[in-house]
Amino acid sequence: MHALTQAIILGVLTGGVYALMASGQTLIFGIMKVVNLAQGVLVLLGAYLTYTLFTHLGMDPFLSVLVTTPILFLVGVGVQWVLLRPLHSDDVAQLSLLVTFAVALGIEGILSFVYGATLTNVQPSYANSSWTVFGYQVSVVRFAAFGLSLVMLGVLYLILQRTKFGRSVRATVQNPMSAQLLGVNAERVSAIGFGIGTATAAVAGSVFGMLNSFNPGSHYDLISRLLTIVVLGGLGSIGGAVVAAVGMGVASSVVAAVASPIWSDFSFFVVLLLVLLIRPRGLFGAQTRGAL
Amino acid sequence: MTGAITRVGLLRAGLFFLLLIAIPLLGAPGWILNTLIFTIMYAALASSWNLVGGYAGYPSLGHVAFFGIGAYSIGILFSDDVFGGFVPFLVLPLIGLAVGLLSLPIGWVSMRTRADVFAIVTITLLFITQTLAFNLKSLTGGAQGTSVAPAPFGVDHYDWPFYFVMVILLAIAMGISQYFRRSKIGLSLATVRADEDKAHGVGVRVTAVKLIAFGVSAGLVAMAGGAWAYYVGFIYPQFAVDPLITIGMVLMTFLGGRATLWGPVLGAFILVPTQEYFAQAFGASQLYLVAYAAVFLLIMLFLPRGILPSISERLQRRRDVGAVEKAAAQAVSPSKPGTKVAVQQ
Repeated sequence: MHALTQAIILGVLTGGVYALMASGQTLIFGIMKVVNLAQGVLVLLGAYLTYTLFTHLGMDPFLSVLVTTPILFLVGVGVQWVLLRPLHSDDVAQLSLLVTFAVALGIEGILSFVYGATLTNVQPSYANSSWTVFGYQVSVVRFAAFGLSLVMLGVLYLILQRTKFGRSVRATVQNPMSAQLLGVNAERVSAIGFGIGTATAAVAGSVFGMLNSFNPGSHYDLISRLLTIVVLGGLGSIGGAVVAAVGMGVASSVVAAVASPIWSDFSFFVVLLLVLLIRPRGLFGAQTRGAL
Repeated sequence: MTGAITRVGLLRAGLFFLLLIAIPLLGAPGWILNTLIFTIMYAALASSWNLVGGYAGYPSLGHVAFFGIGAYSIGILFSDDVFGGFVPFLVLPLIGLAVGLLSLPIGWVSMRTRADVFAIVTITLLFITQTLAFNLKSLTGGAQGTSVAPAPFGVDHYDWPFYFVMVILLAIAMGISQYFRRSKIGLSLATVRADEDKAHGVGVRVTAVKLIAFGVSAGLVAMAGGAWAYYVGFIYPQFAVDPLITIGMVLMTFLGGRATLWGPVLGAFILVPTQEYFAQAFGASQLYLVAYAAVFLLIMLFLPRGILPSISERLQRRRDVGAVEKAAAQAVSPSKPGTKVAVQQ
């Protein structure tokens, strides 16, 4: 029972970080109907930037978020503006999948060229310290990462709910055509929305680098988990993504504790297939999207 | 959908395959045969992918899973002995059949979703297969990989059997592709691609044709995977279930033209040599990934519909313009009776 509770705590903390990555991805889908296959590699880009700042300038990984977030925001805006905006044919859905996959390959290639294929991670002095609460181990980094993710999710929520820009985003998600008729600048919303989506990858990347060892090929693992989470939560639903991320975090960490770590990823996919069997549109997906 | 077998079409296919058969017989050097084996394999893979991704409009990103299953089947069955060398080839159709049947439930679940979600679900299929390949160590050897016993072919013509098997696989894939275009299956798939709900509404057996396309496609890909495994000899999870193979199939089909007979083949014959060239030019560094991604992006941005559809559209437009000019000339000409005859000729 103790081990199980410990696994659940670990799962919730890990799930929080995934929730942040996935919320960015599902936001991008909500606005543009683009499945961003580069989200995983952008998380890695954030992690590598943090790594560079940490090893060369000694900057604290949590502090480096202030640097990496604007950079990845600009990367996101650039990708949307240069590569996705020109795709205005009838099958944007398929083409954008492939374009973002190409972006993922390209960034993976650049990262491998610059950093090599060896596994690295970011190890600040407090990386291995942990608190003991009621007999359960809570790693400081994991807890802080979870906290930071919650804060960022809160910021995201406030941007979407309380700002004029957020209102135009929500309008675009609900009905792009009417939003444009009401004077929403769709291209601007798409570009900034994509930027915000990738900016969440920067924050998540900084903490991901402390929690995991990674190399440029790790983005396949990341993107497979993220896709599972966003499909499970229902594409375009941020709340759904958060619930799915925490659920998946707990499920995989419990499987790792009870059975074996090698099957923990597997549990992701099995849950996904089961959910799709019963509910093809995901847990909180809109009725019209991508489902029978 | 113009699937009629014309004399020109037969001639084109005949010449193409005659050329493919002639190349090794005329004594092409080993490196050319080696590149061609991979090119023809990708042409067959892309043609098979086209059955689902092109005709049905369901962009599967998980087809390499079936490729990997085919590869491991050969690897597991023939790890100690290849029984004279040709038995693995004879087993390929059985593997294709088995994987085709295995893919049906997978297709049934994943094809309940549409375009983008379908792509995601099939991507997870890829990762499931890769995870299994890494972790079922007793069967696949895990990260250490597994190997096929060396084929006892002579050094001079070692590549020949693999080459001709790939040609046969390509012929089968193209034959099925052509059959799809001519038959009711192809017509049904076209309606699925255009508007699945309406197709369902007017009584097209949507699920059945989707599953036929998926199963046939998966079986063909598995056969190519088996032949590949026998040729390269060593099977590692990261190469047998490599996302780049999936992306290769997709990209080649997109480059040549989706839902066309020759598009995937054309795409493969352009992209595989390019890929080999990049791998040679940039060596072990990962820059070839960057170059590959750049080619990929250029194709998507400038030729999103593929080479063949773009060309035929341009030809059609020229023909239309010609017809309009002709009509215009005829409309003007009655006032000048002398020129009318000349125009009509």
